[in-house]
Amino acid sequence: MSDSLIVSIGPHIKDKVSTKRIMWAVTLSLLPAGLAGIFIFGMNSLFVIITSIATAVITEALTLAVRKKDMGAVWDGSAVLTGLLLAYNLPPQSPLWLPMAGSFFAIAIGKQAFGGLGHNIFNPALAGRAFLMISWPLYMTTWQLPRWRADAVAGATPLALYKEGEAFVMKSSSYCDLLIGNRGGCIGEVCVIALLAGAAYLLIKKYISWHIPVTFIATVALMSWIFNGRAGLFTGDALFFTLAGGLILGAFFMATDYVTSPLSSRGKLIFGTLCGVLTFLIRKFAGYPEGVSYAILIMNAATPIIDRYTFPKWFGWRRE
Amino acid sequence: MASMRYRFQGGVHPLTFKSLASDRPIKKSFIPKRVTLPLSQHIGSPAQAVVSVGMNVKVGDLIGEPSGYISSAVHASIAGKITKIAYLPTYNQARVLSVVIEAGVDEDQDFRVVTAASDVNFLSKEELLKLIRDAGVVGLGGAAFPTDVKLSPPGNKKIDTVILNGAECEPYLTCDHRLMLEKTEGILKGLGIIVKILGVRRAYIAIENNKMSAIYAMERALKLYGHKFAEWTGLGRGWTPKLAVLNEKYPQGAEKQIIKAILNRIVPAGGLPMDVGCIANNVGTAYAIYESVYLRKPLIERAITITGSCVKEPVNTWVRTGTLLSDLKDVFGGFTKEPKKVIIGGPMMGLAQYSMDIPISKGAGGVVFLTKDEIDSNEEGVCIRCGRCVDACPIGLVPTTLMYRVKKEQFQDAKSLGIAYCYECGSCAYTCPAKIPLLDYLKFGKAKIQTV
Repeated sequence: MSDSLIVSIGPHIKDKVSTKRIMWAVTLSLLPAGLAGIFIFGMNSLFVIITSIATAVITEALTLAVRKKDMGAVWDGSAVLTGLLLAYNLPPQSPLWLPMAGSFFAIAIGKQAFGGLGHNIFNPALAGRAFLMISWPLYMTTWQLPRWRADAVAGATPLALYKEGEAFVMKSSSYCDLLIGNRGGCIGEVCVIALLAGAAYLLIKKYISWHIPVTFIATVALMSWIFNGRAGLFTGDALFFTLAGGLILGAFFMATDYVTSPLSSRGKLIFGTLCGVLTFLIRKFAGYPEGVSYAILIMNAATPIIDRYTFPKWFGWRRE
Repeated sequence: MASMRYRFQGGVHPLTFKSLASDRPIKKSFIPKRVTLPLSQHIGSPAQAVVSVGMNVKVGDLIGEPSGYISSAVHASIAGKITKIAYLPTYNQARVLSVVIEAGVDEDQDFRVVTAASDVNFLSKEELLKLIRDAGVVGLGGAAFPTDVKLSPPGNKKIDTVILNGAECEPYLTCDHRLMLEKTEGILKGLGIIVKILGVRRAYIAIENNKMSAIYAMERALKLYGHKFAEWTGLGRGWTPKLAVLNEKYPQGAEKQIIKAILNRIVPAGGLPMDVGCIANNVGTAYAIYESVYLRKPLIERAITITGSCVKEPVNTWVRTGTLLSDLKDVFGGFTKEPKKVIIGGPMMGLAQYSMDIPISKGAGGVVFLTKDEIDSNEEGVCIRCGRCVDACPIGLVPTTLMYRVKKEQFQDAKSLGIAYCYECGSCAYTCPAKIPLLDYLKFGKAKIQTV
């Protein structure tokens, strides 16, 4: 027996949680929002999601093969998750080549060109979305309203309507509509209830921490309330600005991406807050009605420097 | 009984597997045919052999005397003839000068109490310390630091609190739990001696809340013997130690963490518990102190747990020091499945052995056998920066960053990020979803900065 004993440094037992399990859990937590999106906007949403995931997985396999890396990583769930998140950030009636191009860019350039899982600076799905936004802005900003609305062919998102100064915006979307997803928008962002259910699952399982989503959403709500009202300071509709765009999807599922957000809790608080500030600034002053994805991308770039200045002090630390 | 309100940061919650052995009473010592007694079973300089090959010894005879201040005596754990003095492997050191005793046929293998214990309450602090030193008592929680040295803090350190550490946070191990159930009075008498030596007025008995039976046993005993503490400790009437119930979390039993959890005091980095006026002793150590003073019995046996899901009969048992692991097979009944890892200590901080011919020495708190399925054999993945190791580190380091520094051989950088303060609890590597052996990197880095 003694020849076959394994000797190694402890700990000799490990937690069951693995990278794979986390990735698939996040994917699972996103399913309700996707199903809601398909129900609201119709079958094309499903085809967009499938195309996006398939392209992401195939691209991952090809790039791993080219880089002569372990092919097992294709099924660690990270490529599927990137494809899914990208699809959720597309308009429902996108032509299918749009998710193809976006997913390819997300995986090949956004992720693998930086060295693959764990090394990318930017959230791959958001990098893919930014690429599509620049390349085909028309397709990326043509919206569809829910199937049951009379004018279901073309519409605009509530935030876009607000930006254009439409007075009737709140008449066409009540808070209840915003919560269940009865409005125009991206496939995965509209049904806030489904997103919150998934987020609750991740928080309970401790796969994500509260620091980024809470500070992110609170900052947007607070700044919108103070500065974004039509009747002067402190008249903004905080709840509308929280629910109407992609904030819930972005704050719980994109900004919390491990690889591209800070390590420590303190760092996460700073990251979330600054994401919120940038989102508000873009929504208020830039050309786009929505700023969540660009805010997260910009903060992704700032993550290393946040990490550097929020390095925790160890137990019993004394100034020397 | 009060639940402690303070917390320590970090930590993990591994499955404990304590039910394998927690309801098994501690078996009587099995007497092996031979023992291998390393002369260095403690921290500090090795003991000096006072015997030679061919001599006959009785149970409890001195065979190695302390060779310096931080050193400890070694005694014969069985009667017999000394057949060999040679450098032999131990569980935590490659080769140590060891004395091998082989038993004859009809020797008396029981330890005989020679001196009556009636004088105990009149002994002075110095006499008590000498008895503890002469008995070779060391910390039985794992570190094996000579107990008399620990109980003699330098004069400029004012000690106000003693913690009796029954946390036993390592998974699988249950011998401290059993000791608290079966040797309650002895442990309290041992605590009384510690209190008397240090002259403190505050003592806590710390137990994790997954050992409710031990908590109840201690609570009952405190009521039963409460009035006797006055004579045991020389303190006034009405004085009793307090029971501190801790929430289960690994590494609760680490000194710095248990002090934070009970007293909310933070031991300075690189410092010792005595820097915040505190001394912590394991319950097994307290029992050994009791035996050394009341029975004048040297430390020749200790309680250990032999356990694992592949062990036929997981047990708690007294073991004579120096008993080879391979000789203990009759005690735990062999295996139902072939073990692939033999660990002395717990599965978190214990040391994997390459052979079963290793003596159980004073610091070994248990033996855990793991099968192939129970050993995590996942390949090392890539860090996904999830931050779980940062949240798990009880002393607030960033293991993943330190890992990258060590990989890139930036050892000075790692030093300035506090790598030296890692005490190797393994929480980071336990929790890592990418299965990166973070502790391997940290240990390597620590070794490097000591040589740079």
